[in-house]
Amino acid sequence: MKIELSQVSRWYGNVVAVNDVTMTIGPGVTGLLGPNGAGKSTLLHMMAGFLAPSNGTVTLDGNQVWKNHHIYRNVGLVPEREGVYGFLTGWQFVLSAAKLHGMSDPVSAASKALAVVDMEAARDRRVETYSKGMKQRVKVAAALVHDPAVLLLDEPFNGMDPRQRLHLMDLIRQMGASGKTILFSSHILEEVERVAQHIEVLVAGRHAASGDFREIRRLMTDRPHLFRIRSSDDRKLAAALIVDGSTGGVTLGPDGLEVQALEFRRFTWLLPRVAQANGIHLQQVSPADEDLESVFAYLINRSA
Amino acid sequence: MNTVVAGITFRAMLGRRRIVLLILLPVFLIGMAFALRLLGDADQATAVSLLQAFSIGTMLPLLGLIAGTGVIAPEIDDGTIIHLLSKPISRPVIAQTKFLVAATMLVLFAAIPTYAAAWILIRGEAGIALGFALGATVAGFAYAAVFLLLGVVTKHAVAIGVVYALIWEGLIGTFVPGARKFSIQQWGQTIADQLTDVPFLKSDVAIGFAVPALVIVTVGAVVLAGMRLRSFSLTGDE
Repeated sequence: MKIELSQVSRWYGNVVAVNDVTMTIGPGVTGLLGPNGAGKSTLLHMMAGFLAPSNGTVTLDGNQVWKNHHIYRNVGLVPEREGVYGFLTGWQFVLSAAKLHGMSDPVSAASKALAVVDMEAARDRRVETYSKGMKQRVKVAAALVHDPAVLLLDEPFNGMDPRQRLHLMDLIRQMGASGKTILFSSHILEEVERVAQHIEVLVAGRHAASGDFREIRRLMTDRPHLFRIRSSDDRKLAAALIVDGSTGGVTLGPDGLEVQALEFRRFTWLLPRVAQANGIHLQQVSPADEDLESVFAYLINRSA
Repeated sequence: MNTVVAGITFRAMLGRRRIVLLILLPVFLIGMAFALRLLGDADQATAVSLLQAFSIGTMLPLLGLIAGTGVIAPEIDDGTIIHLLSKPISRPVIAQTKFLVAATMLVLFAAIPTYAAAWILIRGEAGIALGFALGATVAGFAYAAVFLLLGVVTKHAVAIGVVYALIWEGLIGTFVPGARKFSIQQWGQTIADQLTDVPFLKSDVAIGFAVPALVIVTVGAVVLAGMRLRSFSLTGDE
């Protein structure tokens, strides 16, 4: 099944949360990547029928999603908020989902779903006694109890320990490989890279990039990088680096050099060679803007 | 009605501290009835004033508020409502089910105790027990529907509900006779008045107004709640 977003915007008063996004989510695993506050949840809520677009359309295989409860026959949703009845046991919670879907054999569907998320051992405990990761897993079980063709997960790995995280990643990959349409949001590139074949990047409400993880990785490494360098002779090194076209700007300060590298690969190849040729010792080379925020900032300027 | 939705809602209502709130007032009502009987004040006039002032005048709106908002507002607050709404069930059916649960609560915790209190005082005399129990039932339905709608529409359902019950029905209704026409409590009393034959119970609202008003308010509020649930939005924290 295919989720199609066509020129979708959503605003709250004067604040634009999602700005003119057009994308198609098809079978396989798609990661919705973006920093916190980028509008990922807003976009996901619109895909899940829990928010009306202010503009544009969201459809599932051509059917309008908003105000259409029939879509849930084919859609499983794992919301970010805990949203699990604490007074039910894990078993009762997942069984209630199967019954709400009107399944013919809710008991076996619920057992199967709990087995898939590896929660059989704790199934008879009340949900309020679960850890955050366990709650997350029963939510996933409840979302896939009816074997939906589409699964939407909002920050599914939050609060999970590393083992649970790997388990869920495996599960998502398997479901994607079996032809289901899966979309999950995350603000962590590594997470998305490990699970998703396809990545959609959302920055400040805008669709900043789209592609497989190699393309996104390349976009993110081929941007200008800022390095801080200390050496035995900063002045001489600066002069030598300026000669090469791979550096955009060099600033000499009391704490050493700040070098803007235009071509990441060429610069990292060049720097040790230039230093050696000039008899300069490199004492420190550190990237100054490697955090994800600056990567996103680059992408947003690029897409603007 | 959806039995799974009803089951979860009943458990949410009865399984936790809310049950104490639901039980407290009817226990007090029945206790009062016993006390009055022991003191030898068990006559029709006493029964009518207890049921009028406490049962329909105080207990019913408060329980209506607890039950009507309680079946849905906490779920909207903590996001658990998504579990029900992300299923192929029409939203009006969910609203109707929630209403039925709240209405059942009010029969159990308001109408039946009202009947019991009257019975303790004066048995079946002059149809007072039955009249007030039915009055409490239909007014309870209207309260359940209105407060359910409030719970769907606003986060401040309890505050607004208290203002309506205390200020509008209680205070303004006492001083401004016209306001009584638009008071669920008064409609309930009209029903009770119709079904009893005691000369000193006098309702301010004509039965010809009260019955259609109860029906319109109850049905209208449930329908509106269903419509509102259809466009339920998750606005997120972003």
